[in-house]
Amino acid sequence: MTNFESSQSSRHFLSKAWFIEQKSLIALIVLIAVVSVLNEYFFTIDNLLNILRQTSVIAILAAGMTLVILTAGIDLSVGSILALCGAFAASMISLEIPAVIAVLVALLGGAILGSITGLVIAKGKVQAFIATLVMMTLLRGVTMVYTDGRPISTGFTDIADHFAWFGTGYMFGIPVPVWLMIFVFATIWYLLNHTRFGRYVYALGGNESATKLSGINVDRIKIGVYSICGLLSALAGIIITSRLSSAQPTAGMGYELDAIAAVVVGGTSLAGGRGYIMGTLIGALIIGVLNNALNLLDVSSYFQMIVKAAVILLAVLVDNKNK
Amino acid sequence: MKQPILQLTNIHKSFPGVKALDGACLNVYPGQVMALLGENGAGKSTLMKVITGIYSLDEGDIRYQDKPVRFNGPRDSQQAGISIIHQELNLLPELTIAENIFLGRENTNIFGAINWSVMFEQADKLLKRLKVKHKSSTQLSELSLGEQQMVEIAKALSFKSKVIIMDEPTDALTDSEVESLFDVINELRDEGYGIVYISHRLKEIFEICDDITVLRDGKFIAEKPVSSMDEDKLIELMVGRRLDEQYPRIESTHGTVCLEVKELYAKATHGVSFTLNHGEILGISGLMGAGRTELMKVIYGALARESGDIILNGQIINPRNSQQALASGIAYISEDRKGDGLVLGLSVKDNMSLCALKDLSTGWQLDHKAEATSVTDFIRLFNIKTPSMDQIIGNLSGGNQQKVAIAKGLMTKPKVLILDEPTRGVDVGAKKEIYQLINKFKAEGMSIILVSSEMPEVLGMSDRILVMHQGQISGQFNVKEADQEKLMACAVGKNNNGVAA
Ligand SMILES: Nc1ncnc2c1ncn2[C@@H]1O[C@H](COP(=O)(O)OP(=O)(O)OP(=O)(O)O)[C@@H](O)[C@H]1O
Ligand SMILES: [Mg+2]
Repeated sequence: MTNFESSQSSRHFLSKAWFIEQKSLIALIVLIAVVSVLNEYFFTIDNLLNILRQTSVIAILAAGMTLVILTAGIDLSVGSILALCGAFAASMISLEIPAVIAVLVALLGGAILGSITGLVIAKGKVQAFIATLVMMTLLRGVTMVYTDGRPISTGFTDIADHFAWFGTGYMFGIPVPVWLMIFVFATIWYLLNHTRFGRYVYALGGNESATKLSGINVDRIKIGVYSICGLLSALAGIIITSRLSSAQPTAGMGYELDAIAAVVVGGTSLAGGRGYIMGTLIGALIIGVLNNALNLLDVSSYFQMIVKAAVILLAVLVDNKNK
Repeated sequence: MKQPILQLTNIHKSFPGVKALDGACLNVYPGQVMALLGENGAGKSTLMKVITGIYSLDEGDIRYQDKPVRFNGPRDSQQAGISIIHQELNLLPELTIAENIFLGRENTNIFGAINWSVMFEQADKLLKRLKVKHKSSTQLSELSLGEQQMVEIAKALSFKSKVIIMDEPTDALTDSEVESLFDVINELRDEGYGIVYISHRLKEIFEICDDITVLRDGKFIAEKPVSSMDEDKLIELMVGRRLDEQYPRIESTHGTVCLEVKELYAKATHGVSFTLNHGEILGISGLMGAGRTELMKVIYGALARESGDIILNGQIINPRNSQQALASGIAYISEDRKGDGLVLGLSVKDNMSLCALKDLSTGWQLDHKAEATSVTDFIRLFNIKTPSMDQIIGNLSGGNQQKVAIAKGLMTKPKVLILDEPTRGVDVGAKKEIYQLINKFKAEGMSIILVSSEMPEVLGMSDRILVMHQGQISGQFNVKEADQEKLMACAVGKNNNGVAA
């Protein structure tokens, strides 16, 4: 009874099937076109770069989340890892540890936290939802204790200025966070499409016992995806901290849901085994453009939530229709 | 002339890149069993899915009880009185047997609470009719594959239907289960049901069916009464040519010992010892539940070993997981294609190369070209019917999926290949192709363990045969001394003539 979409359709450029697969891209283009008509400031280089920069944090979280969801898992702890690693980085900077080292250590910290989650899920056979829910609460608590509930400022040293580059700098006229986002997506795309690891991620999400019987170390793949997800959460935390020159203990609260929404709007199945990383980028951009447009159009922030929910629901419904 | 209750004429159905049905016809008569025959990928399952409305048809007529109909989906067709047992199991392992049977049609009281006692009682009655020895309150995952199939059949019987379609129902059944199924089919026939019976086991066709309809490449070939047929004629209709000798055995060159299993103990394996030579096919016979699959999985490292040794080419390997087994050169093709064998949502290519990706990549990076080349080679070698290697494997016909599963194991170039029911659901022509391939690899020196419930297959292909009973080896034969009676006697535990080979 199983009925799968043909994977070849992506090859038939501009065919009906191709359009169905690219529906999130089309939705993005339509959205941009409509908002451009409604507000002349929207389609300016400044604003577009602004959107990209604002989107980069959620997009980077969503990239890691895509890996996790492809293995039929879920990671609710991304927001908490973001806050903890951000705080950690901020205090290192305030102690005048060189920015590059602080960043690398914070990234490593994120990866280790992720790998702990992965270990609990793989070896402890705990459901991903529960394990990451626990991590989410636990790490938020640790962050609160660590920061004493107050922001940690990076200080006013040269090192703090270096560190600020990650969130506020420009390269070739494009904000650094956007470069980071592009780099992250290119890397994950490469991982998923051109490495064994990527193939195993899809296989694991599609049928765990068959993957195991194919002689693949399923536990290692699981630990791998949660580590990458943790590392990317740390990267997002660094960007936010760097941009604000301080780490907020409540940073990233609720971001896990935005990240999951971006993944789902991008066409990746929560059941695992099916999805595309570039879909996630588009999904994140749809949410980013929507946020920006609603602000530009002076929609009240209460009403914004309703609109956002409606758009996500619509995207998922359309996705189901074509299955 | 008898009047069909269900009549399909000139049905056409295409999928992207495949014409699955190309003028197919089928008549189902009340009180008769119609066999639907054809090679793998001939379109049998697709035709059934068109009847029940799972697929919409491109062209053609369906008449049911003398009225033209189109069903919108399985619910619709079920309500009209057509129920179907699908080739692939569609049950929920976490639920009880009764819940599976009455899923979505639970008997409830006015408050919407389920009437458990009524439901269990009705389900127990159905199970009894099919001679399944389980309470309907048992969780489905505790059942063997064959028993699960029986539950699927019970589910189909629970509908008030006039037409029952069975798509390869005996695929996973033991002989006694097949017998009780046939008893039920005979009752149903007497009660005036119209039955469609799809199977690749020709023996069954002659036993239970009244008429046959043959499809080839989606086209209608013939409708004939079974009485006018014999096996050769049937094969000729299906394949379009005559087939000679079904089991093309080649003599083994009696190599040295390749694999040795010594006093192996595991959960349901009790002291098994045997040897396997280079370039030899060792058949493993036995009834379902005799512990054959478990033994194989222990050798493959997928299940835990308690004691004993597994020795490959003189070295103790005792694999603790499948990675280690594969790395030392043991490959295992599971009997449960959907559950353990394939990732149905991935493409033919991704599935076939899954075990062998290490050899098909440089470092971490996949070598797409090498992968495509070897996958293409295997698709050609196995004659797999697929529009391209990027087709999602869930869209292939059952037999073609099985060929991919075997190719997947061979791609690792194993020293020992363990095939667990390798020809399940495979048509006669393709079976022979698979046998020839097995022989080809045997001639190249590969050692093969062939686990099969089909005695003719074991007798036809093996050099030596082991029979298992309750987790032990109850008989060992050189193929020249073996026959069905002897194997059967050992399989049921009457161990008196186990001749050391
Ligand atoms: N959903 C689908 N999408 C694309 N192709 C399909 C789909 N379903 C079936 N096909 C193709 O249609 C053809 C007929 O398949 P079908 O499953 O009906 O064969 P079958 O006669 O039941 O074979 P078997 O004996 O192996 O079960 C095959 O070539 C198959 O690959
Ligand atoms: Mg079929």
